[in-house]
Amino acid sequence: MKPRITLGIFIAAALAVAMVLAFFVSPQASSQPDGLNKVAIDQGFSDNEKTHALDSGPTAGYAVTGVGNDRLATGLAGLIGVTVTFAVAGGLFLVVRQTRRPHEAVGHGAP
Amino acid sequence: MHIPDGFINGGTSAGAGVVAVAALGVSVRRTAEILDEKQVPLAGVVSAFIFAVQMLNFPVAGGTSGHLLGGVLAAVLVGPYMGSLCVAVVLVVQALLFADGGLSALGLNVINMALVTAFGGYLLYLGLRRVLPRTPSGVVLASGIAAGLGVILASFAFTFEYAIGGTGGAAVGTVGGAMIGVHALIGIGEGVITGLTVSSVLAVRPDLVYGARDLVPGLRLGAGAVPATVGR
Repeated sequence: MKPRITLGIFIAAALAVAMVLAFFVSPQASSQPDGLNKVAIDQGFSDNEKTHALDSGPTAGYAVTGVGNDRLATGLAGLIGVTVTFAVAGGLFLVVRQTRRPHEAVGHGAP
Repeated sequence: MHIPDGFINGGTSAGAGVVAVAALGVSVRRTAEILDEKQVPLAGVVSAFIFAVQMLNFPVAGGTSGHLLGGVLAAVLVGPYMGSLCVAVVLVVQALLFADGGLSALGLNVINMALVTAFGGYLLYLGLRRVLPRTPSGVVLASGIAAGLGVILASFAFTFEYAIGGTGGAAVGTVGGAMIGVHALIGIGEGVITGLTVSSVLAVRPDLVYGARDLVPGLRLGAGAVPATVGR
């Protein structure tokens, strides 16, 4: 149970896996209704769904607008999503870390 | 399991939004206390990975599909507080960029897919760790089972929300039975993906697995302020 790779390599490899899944595998994903949507259809409340306010956005529905090839449109949307999610989450935690006051940081140092 | 606008009425959705914001605020405060510099990119990559895998809908019985929720996976990797924030980021990006999950339903979706799974599912994980061997295999098995059960917990949460403010007048018992039935199947996929991912991280960087800190003495990452609740 020892680390085998550096943190940098781990992060890069995990990000690469996420991008491969989002670009190459997500276009093959099942397009059947998901569990909740199937239940909504079967139980007769799916018609209550309102159109999403951002439904005309450039990447709405996991497809980049204007890309003719459906698989490519989905794959590119996946890449955009992985990149944006990494940036937003990383940014959020950077900000959260900076909200910690210096004296608190010292207090929570070595046990 | 992304709820669109319109399935749950406005008042219930707004109330859920308040609950979600309050709970995420607690997560932010607790995260600020324990966050290690090295965990910033780690949390980013956990979020990005969950986003990618959430795109991979796999077929389950009867013309239905399901995808990973990821709350238990995130909680096992970075702890429930950071983990709930990682999944919440995914849900916000999905709602704003990809029109997946209604804007008014964002609070409901955060409760079901980020909070119930990361906290409820992680409690199940801790319980399972107590009865399973204190080995890497025990960690993988506990993660997988807790992840599968976490999906069922999330479907209970939806049923509860539908009981309070559901539209369309379907019988709550029928909705609940159908939700739990189909999500028990989706939970199998959640469990397999979670187990495989935790197993992979354990193989290369066991010190990065928050839920396995008890197996890696002396290699704790940013865990100085965290009470070790596993196995003590």
